[in-house]
Amino acid sequence: MPVLYVNDGEHDLEIGSNLPLLWALRDQIGLSSPKYGCGLEQCGACRVLVDGVPVASCRTRCGDVAGRPVATLEALRATAEGHEVIEGLLRANAAQCGYCLPGIAVTLIWLAMRRPVPFDEVVRALDDHLCRCGSHPRILRVARRIFDPDPDAAGDGSRAGHGNGET
Amino acid sequence: MDSALTEDGVLAAADGRRAIGDESTRRRLLGSLVEHPLLDAWLAFPEEGRVTVRTGKVELGQGIRTALAIIAAEELVVSPARIDVARTTTGSTPDEGFTAGSRSIEQSGAAVRQACAHAYRLLRDRAAARLEVSADALVADDGVFTTSNGDTVSYFELAAEGPFDYLVTAPAPLQPAAEHRFIGRGIPRLDLPAKISGAPAYVPDLRLPGMRFARVLRPPRPGATLETATPATVGSADVVRDGSFVAVVAGSEGEAEEAAERLAALLDWRGGMGFPLDAADPSYMAAHVVSSYPIIDGLASDGPAPPDPISHDDAALVLHSRFTKPFLLHGSIGPSAAVALHDGASLTVWSHSQGVGFLGKSLADVLGLDRGAVTVHHLDGAGCYGHNGADDAALDAALVARACQGQPISLRWARADEHRFEPLGPAMVVDLTASLGRDGRVSSWDEDILTYRHNARPLPQATGSRLLASWSLDPPVERSRAAPMLDFEAGGHRNGTPHYELGAMRVVKRDVDDASPLRTSAMRSLGALANVFAIESFMDELASAAGADPVAFRLGHTSDPRARAVIEAAVELAGGLEVPAGDDSVGRGLGFAQYENSMAYVAVVVELEVPARTAQITLRHAWIAADAGEIIDPDGLLNQIEGGFVQAASWTIKEKVELGPDGPSCSDWDSYPILRFSEIPSIHTKLIDRPDCPPVGAGEASCGPAAGAIANALAQATGVRVRDLPFRPEAIRAAFDALD
Repeated sequence: MPVLYVNDGEHDLEIGSNLPLLWALRDQIGLSSPKYGCGLEQCGACRVLVDGVPVASCRTRCGDVAGRPVATLEALRATAEGHEVIEGLLRANAAQCGYCLPGIAVTLIWLAMRRPVPFDEVVRALDDHLCRCGSHPRILRVARRIFDPDPDAAGDGSRAGHGNGET
Repeated sequence: MDSALTEDGVLAAADGRRAIGDESTRRRLLGSLVEHPLLDAWLAFPEEGRVTVRTGKVELGQGIRTALAIIAAEELVVSPARIDVARTTTGSTPDEGFTAGSRSIEQSGAAVRQACAHAYRLLRDRAAARLEVSADALVADDGVFTTSNGDTVSYFELAAEGPFDYLVTAPAPLQPAAEHRFIGRGIPRLDLPAKISGAPAYVPDLRLPGMRFARVLRPPRPGATLETATPATVGSADVVRDGSFVAVVAGSEGEAEEAAERLAALLDWRGGMGFPLDAADPSYMAAHVVSSYPIIDGLASDGPAPPDPISHDDAALVLHSRFTKPFLLHGSIGPSAAVALHDGASLTVWSHSQGVGFLGKSLADVLGLDRGAVTVHHLDGAGCYGHNGADDAALDAALVARACQGQPISLRWARADEHRFEPLGPAMVVDLTASLGRDGRVSSWDEDILTYRHNARPLPQATGSRLLASWSLDPPVERSRAAPMLDFEAGGHRNGTPHYELGAMRVVKRDVDDASPLRTSAMRSLGALANVFAIESFMDELASAAGADPVAFRLGHTSDPRARAVIEAAVELAGGLEVPAGDDSVGRGLGFAQYENSMAYVAVVVELEVPARTAQITLRHAWIAADAGEIIDPDGLLNQIEGGFVQAASWTIKEKVELGPDGPSCSDWDSYPILRFSEIPSIHTKLIDRPDCPPVGAGEASCGPAAGAIANALAQATGVRVRDLPFRPEAIRAAFDALD
């Protein structure tokens, strides 16, 4: 039976090695930030970090991560980068239904810990995530502020993701 | 009759006579208070420092709870932090029907505003009596009235004197606009901190003691039945079966998912109805027309169709074009889910349904329970964008709960179930014919709208049911099919009538129902997507035939100042429709509509690039101007307008449900791609505030104009007109080929 190390806690669980990590996190450990979206590694809603690298927890088997550190948004949001990303998203009301946001936050926090990251690379990383409400422009604006605080230095700024609202 | 709100908020006719009796005016001012006039139904002061606002409208990600808190805080003169917007629950919050059609601000917003305005006056009267001063001598601030000598009394002490027990039948004066602190400015969304940080916030996050978890196993094709016995257990999971409804229930969601996969391999489904593969073809749809309705003043009429308005004699030119829109998926990122608890006599359900009252009655009818024995609590779900699987999942959970009495059941659809079994956004065909006079003006307009039905929501039926699982039970509850929508700007004729002044006009809606297993229902903007896409594309075709500029051509056909203002504002934001010189793969286009010809005005200009080599559209920029009347929450309004644009851009460029013999052949996001982050253009939006006009919802208003703008930009970029959605590379390439 796999022993999982999640958010600095050790969990000796009576689960099968083939159980997707997502369900161990939600069912056994009681976490709510990893969301079920597709079970197919297509939407990014279930994203967590294993060994500090983003994975789709819906397609990651518990047996494969036994003994390796797993970090979910519950822990990541308490880091300096986590605070910066979550506060940035909240300040911008960068969501509608919000369901895709915890997974997106994991990606943005992970990237923020690796700065500097070129903005184009941030956008490519966000392509792992689906959002249906159309909150992309706001999320991209928040990302721009985090990764590219001086947009003039990044070319003509005519590409994706910095639409702003004017009233 | 012209009318306006006087300073004290009482409606006055233009000639100065007071006129509060007019029904539509009452409804505009009082919203859902017309149906639920009891003040105490909307508002309570449950404890020191707290105000509870009750609403029948539910949070779908549109921010309605925050908007209502803003409105209540403003009219009560308290901090928004004191306001709790109660969760909508059958029997305890006002029943306001469905949360749909961008009506929440009009209906619930108006009701909460007036309820709070009345409560403020009643509290002030109580304060005046208690402090023995005149009401005018009191100053209110964050829940405390103060006299000129510094005597104070709090709302909460005053509320404790007793319920208001007061019927609101006429509007009260509102807080003066010049003193607004929250309306027009907005506050941070109240529900987002929990959602963005991953705290429990959605139906599948609910945990109750003793909870078990369920998955349902759908038939491989509609109407297929299970003829053989099913095992009582699969591993650690129990199997629940009623007729051909089958589900597994286990101690954890992971076990339920695994058991569902194992059981699926054991089930022997027989029979079922094939899907019509060509159900979206105009010829198939035309062959299944049940009835036709002339659209008169926005209403579907059962009278005879007006005569053909097109006069071929004196017209310089008659143009005709046909536009099509495929079936679409709502495509929630989180599949539908519900929690249910059945104790033998009563049923409690937690659901992300858009209409908990109707759902509760429908559940009671299917389960043979007294309607009063079913309680439905709304709990947030992933965005639904209309009638998705939420209501169906509630019945699934209730059926499992009935078999596991006393155990709370958390049921969730698998991704493939959501893609394959949610009601589809209806396919439509719009045929437009217009004559262009020698003066360059449109002189007549003939429009034929062919549409599947847009509302299969689970309204309680006299017989039958609209909930998916009910058709598989033993004995089955007969499927109640959707009815055509005949109301003002409803269903397939939403925005079917052009907002422009186009001379003699005929609009006819032809209602399609093919008795196949197809299930279509309400999806964001309903018929407005196809109709505005068609009308705005055709306006550009007519402008081109007239040798006119598309902006000037539109302005020449509308005298509505608010329409002109958004068109001019969007074009000005964009710096015109001219594309940068030297890049012949770039185009700009304009799209405009007033949602339902009566709500928010939106104009969109899009710039896109489409290289001939790839025929792949890249959206570069969008410039949007919107007028939704008085702005309550500018940031929330921007979010809705921009979100509507992005979703509609995805529909327009990418989305189409392919039908196989067993139903939609898309079962995941690879087989039904949607727009991703790297495909999002820059978006600039200008909001036009109209403090004198009632606030209206805007969640659907930008969808049609987005499609129109993209279509027109594509035509400008390529020189070819694509009239069938979506604009995938193969469709664009086919248009290029047709040109050669």
